[in-house]
Parts: sequence; C-alpha cells; structure tokens
Amino acid sequence: MFKKTLSYPHLVWMVLFVIAPMFLIFLYAFTVTDDGGTLSFTLENFAKFFEPMYIKILFNSVWIAFLSVVFCIILGYPAAKIIADRDRRRIAMGKKATGLLMLFVMPMWMNVMLRLYAWLTILQPDGVLNSFLSLLGLPKLDIMYTQTAVVLGTVYDFIPFMIMPIYSVLIKIDDSVIEAAQDLGANKTRVFWKVILPLSMPGVVSGITMVFLPALTSFYISDFFSGGQFMLIGNLIEKNFKNPVGRNFGSALSIILMIFAFLSMHVMKIFNKSNRQMDMY
Amino acid sequence: MGKHLIEFKNVCKTFDDTEVLKNINLHIDENEFLTLLGPSGCGKSTLLRIIAGFEEPTSGSVCFEGADLCGVPAYERKVNTVFQRYALFPHLDVYDNIAFGLHIKKLGSKEIDSKVRRVLELVNLKGFERRTIGSLSGGQQQRIAIARAIVNEPKVLLLDEPLAALDLKLRQGMQLELKNMQRELGITFVYVTHDQEEALTMSDTIVVMKEGTIQQIGKPTDIYNEPKNAYVADFIGESNIISGIMKHDCLVNIMDTDLECVDTGFAPDESVDVVIRPEDIYILDPDKGKITGVVESVTFKGVHYEMVIDSNGFKWLVHDTAKYEVGSDVSLLVKPFDIHIMKKS
Ligand SMILES: Nc1ncnc2c1ncn2[C@@H]1O[C@H](COP(=O)(O)OP(=O)(O)OP(=O)(O)O)[C@@H](O)[C@H]1O
Ligand SMILES: [Mg+2]
Repeated sequence: MFKKTLSYPHLVWMVLFVIAPMFLIFLYAFTVTDDGGTLSFTLENFAKFFEPMYIKILFNSVWIAFLSVVFCIILGYPAAKIIADRDRRRIAMGKKATGLLMLFVMPMWMNVMLRLYAWLTILQPDGVLNSFLSLLGLPKLDIMYTQTAVVLGTVYDFIPFMIMPIYSVLIKIDDSVIEAAQDLGANKTRVFWKVILPLSMPGVVSGITMVFLPALTSFYISDFFSGGQFMLIGNLIEKNFKNPVGRNFGSALSIILMIFAFLSMHVMKIFNKSNRQMDMY
Repeated sequence: MGKHLIEFKNVCKTFDDTEVLKNINLHIDENEFLTLLGPSGCGKSTLLRIIAGFEEPTSGSVCFEGADLCGVPAYERKVNTVFQRYALFPHLDVYDNIAFGLHIKKLGSKEIDSKVRRVLELVNLKGFERRTIGSLSGGQQQRIAIARAIVNEPKVLLLDEPLAALDLKLRQGMQLELKNMQRELGITFVYVTHDQEEALTMSDTIVVMKEGTIQQIGKPTDIYNEPKNAYVADFIGESNIISGIMKHDCLVNIMDTDLECVDTGFAPDESVDVVIRPEDIYILDPDKGKITGVVESVTFKGVHYEMVIDSNGFKWLVHDTAKYEVGSDVSLLVKPFDIHIMKKS
C-alpha cells in the first residue's frame, strides 16, 4: 500500500506531461475545426504531407541528420578513444581520470543561443575563419547560411552525445583482454580493429541514436545557421504550431516524425542484436 | 636437459616504490615444466608478465634463446599466455576465440578449422564451437583460455593459475591432461600456482618464491625432502618447525631433549630450525620415546588420522594410520634421517 501511494506523484507527472500532450497531438492530427468551431474526424492532415514539397523536407532533414551522425562518429570516436586511453593509463596507475571528458561536456552547460552566436562570429563573411584564411593567403569561405553550416552546427551541438557513450564503453574494456590479443600476436592496429572497435560498438550505436533523433527533430540549429531559408522538418512543425490554423497539420507531422523515429530506433536495435554477445560483456 | 631457453639475470622490478621482484636469477630449459610456487602477492604473475612482455624489468635482463628480450613487444614474442582471469574475448564465440591467434598468423581456414577442433577435443569441450563466452561456466572458460593459447603451439606456454577455478576432480584431470600435452607437444611450460600439491605432481622444476625473492629451485623430490629453509619446508607441505640448538655434528637439542640426526657443518651451539614432517613421526607408548605428550585432537583424513600432540606447550602435528584416543599419554619417535636441520633465515 505504502509503495502505491508513493507512486501517485509519478502518475500525476505522467498524465500532465506525457499523456495529455500526446492526447492533444493525436486529437489535432486526426481532426479539423470548421468555421463554427466543431471538430470532425479527418485524415487530410496526413494526406497533405505526401505533397512532394513536404516529402523533400523530410528527406532533407534525414540527410542532414545522417551527415551529422557520420561526422559525429568521425570526430567523436577518436576524441573518445584518446581521452579514454589517457584515463585508462592513469586509472591503471591508481590515479584519477584526467577530466578531459568534462572539456567536451562543459559547453552543454552554456546557453544554446550564446554558443550559436559564437559560431556566427567565426563563420560570417568577415568573421574569424575568413580573417584567418586571408592571413594565410587562402580564398574566403562563405559557409554561413548554407547546408554545410547547418551540419556543422548540428555536429557541434550534439557531439558530446556521441563522445560520452563511446568513452564510457572504452573506459570499461578490460586491460587483460587487450593483453590477450597482443599475446596472440596482434599489433596495435590489429588490436584496435579486432578487439577494441567491436567491443566499443554498443557505445557507437547508442551514440548514433542519441545524435540522430535530436538532430532530426531540432529546429533552432537550422533556423540559426541557415538564416531561416532552410526548411527542415523541425522548422516545419514549429512554423505550423506558431500559427493556430496550422496546428492540425503540425500534429500530423509530429506523429509522422515519431513513427519515423520509432522505425529508425528499431533498425538500430536489429543492428545491435547482431552484436548481441557484447551486451553480455 | 637442453640449452637454456629463457634466462633471467639479476632481474628487479619496482612498482612505484615497492620492490616486487628482487634480484631474480633463473633459467628455464627447453621442454621443461617449471612451476613458480609462492603465496599470493609474492610476484609470480609479475615474473610471468615479464616473460610475456607486458612488463619490462626495472633492471637486469631477460634472454630468450640467447637474445635479449628488452624492447621486443609482446606480440612478437614466441610465447602464449593463459591468463589468471581468462581474458577471453567477450565479442567472439568459443570458436573465434580459439582461432584468434591462427587468423592473425593468416593460416588457411581449413587448417584453422582442424586445429580448433583438435584442441577443443583436447580440453573436453567438443561441440562448444558456437557458444558465447558469457554462457560458459568458470571452469569451461578456463579450459577455453588454455585451448586458445595452446592452439598456437608456442615455444613457451605461460600459465597463470590456470586450474584455480576448477573443482578437485576436474583439476586433477586437467593436471594430467596438461602434463601430457606438455610432453606430447614438446612445449616449455612456465606454470604459476600457489597449490604445493599441484606443483609437486606436475613439475620438473619448482621455484619457491617469497616476497619477490627465490627461496629454492629444485626438483619436486629435492624440494620436498631437502627444503633449504623453514619457509620452504612450511610452504611445500605441512611441517613441524621448532627451534633447536646444534650441540655438535649429528646431535641436535630441542625442548631440552637431545636427538640424533644426520646433519653436519654447523657451528657448535648454533641455533637452528628443525623441520619434521608429520608422517615421519611415530607414536609410541609413553615410556618408549624421548619426547612425551598428550593427544589433544584427532581428525580422520581418509587414509590417515591427523593428530595434534601437546608436548609442554608445543603442538606436534602427526599423521598415523592408527588412532590414539584424545587425552591419552604417548611418546614420539623420529628417525635421525627424518630430522631436517636448517639455518635460521
Ligand atoms: N601494475 C602494478 N602496479 C603496482 N603494483 C603492482 C602492479 N602489479 C602487481 N603489483 C604488486 O606486486 C605484487 C606482486 O603481484 P603479483 O601479481 O605478481 O603477485 P602474485 O604472486 O601473482 O599473486 P597472486 O597469487 O595473488 O596472483 C603485489 O603486491 C601487487 O600488489
Ligand atoms: Mg598472480
């Protein structure tokens, strides 16, 4: 009995913040409000999505989220590996970890807009980047307000979510397993490809889910880095919700995105299952 | 025996400020079964890891087939290790764990297949090819670890307490198996254990260690019968160790009793350790032996009774097939050649 009472606040929380909003979104998505203010059931909100323009926006969003994930892995894996290697060596000697990981996590504690404005001073036509390039006598780069800038911003914003899970898997790999591989004749490169990389795959997989989904749905980054000219699915939803007649379509879009997110998570799960033995580790 | 395969010269190893190995001099011959025996923390694993290449000596040198091993990375050494904590690859199944070293040597898949199957038969785990590591029991994992090392047919196999996780029956079986493998494959074994019985049954040579130093190197029979000091005697089997005074050659005094012995070469009245094995003590009626005492406890041990006999405060451990009642007065007899005299260490 005691336990049950304790869970009531949790129930209230669930109803207030999860079930009620979901209910509203489903309600809006499957209805239209006519001039008289009465609701009627419809699927036209969903039908509307299948116009080429919107399909293209979804496709674009997926593409940018995909690119961001790829760059997060390319940049984040080595970073996680370098920090984890240093920390492992220190822990083996009985010292504390370096705290280098904090360096990557710290920016997350700063206001998002502040961080994005910092990029503006770097990327704008007469910004830090171009001053630097012209100093070296190289041609200027006009990145701001392009797709490149959006990807760059997304990677910057979400890379801690890639580094952290990879780091936490790498730091846990047993030294004796690495020694066993060396003992069996594997040099450094071999040890990495045959032991460390496969053992760290669960970290990469959770990094992918932690970056891909937020990257797919975020709107402020593309808003900021494209100056609003680049419409991603997140922006589209945001725009529709800001406008009272658009919220039905916005809700339908949210549901479509949710289904999409669900599907991609499922694909990752299947992928992860093929590495099942690692879970036991 | 053949030429020296591995040679330690004045090897010291220091971690931070603690000396873990102190001036180790040791040679290991080809086809030898050498056991490092000592209590926990005495540096056995460290010595093994220096041979494997996971630690470098702080000073001194280690030679392999006459060439200095200094700077040779672990993956280039012709040795394989069975790790104390198995260290199997959790992301690979049993087959791929065993095939790991063979894949790196780029053997053909047919050859790998036949080798893996043969070695699985050797460790009694036929049919386990596709099992995951997580699904194996501790003893099975340990056997896979042995298989994974031995399949590479190394010149030297380093085994760090490979049978520690097995039950008595399986352990005895595996002891025989390992000994047979060693003979058949002609591999040099360097074997770590803190179980003196295991060391005695399996080894050609036993190295008894204590706190980073070597106490004695010798054949099992030599170590058992002629322990160099009280520490070795105590470690290598149950013993009665008692202080005594060497009156002159072949006469030692313990507990105010003069006993004949066969040891010579001590200074007159030198104080010594006297070691007597429990099975070398005979229990007689009270007036027949030189040392008298009272039976304090009797425990049945299967083949014999283990009895503790209190003689003026010293507790003698005695093994005998006959049983004496607790509380009865007895006397003890030891034959001169069963009394081992050792310098105080
Ligand atoms: N990397 C290390 N850093 C610091 N001290 C170490 C290190 N490795 C071992 N030691 C210390 O060296 C000593 C010997 O360790 P070692 O592992 O060789 O003992 P062992 O004889 O194998 O013991 P056991 O039978 O318990 O395995 C121990 O006191 C241990 O704490
Ligand atoms: Mg050890």
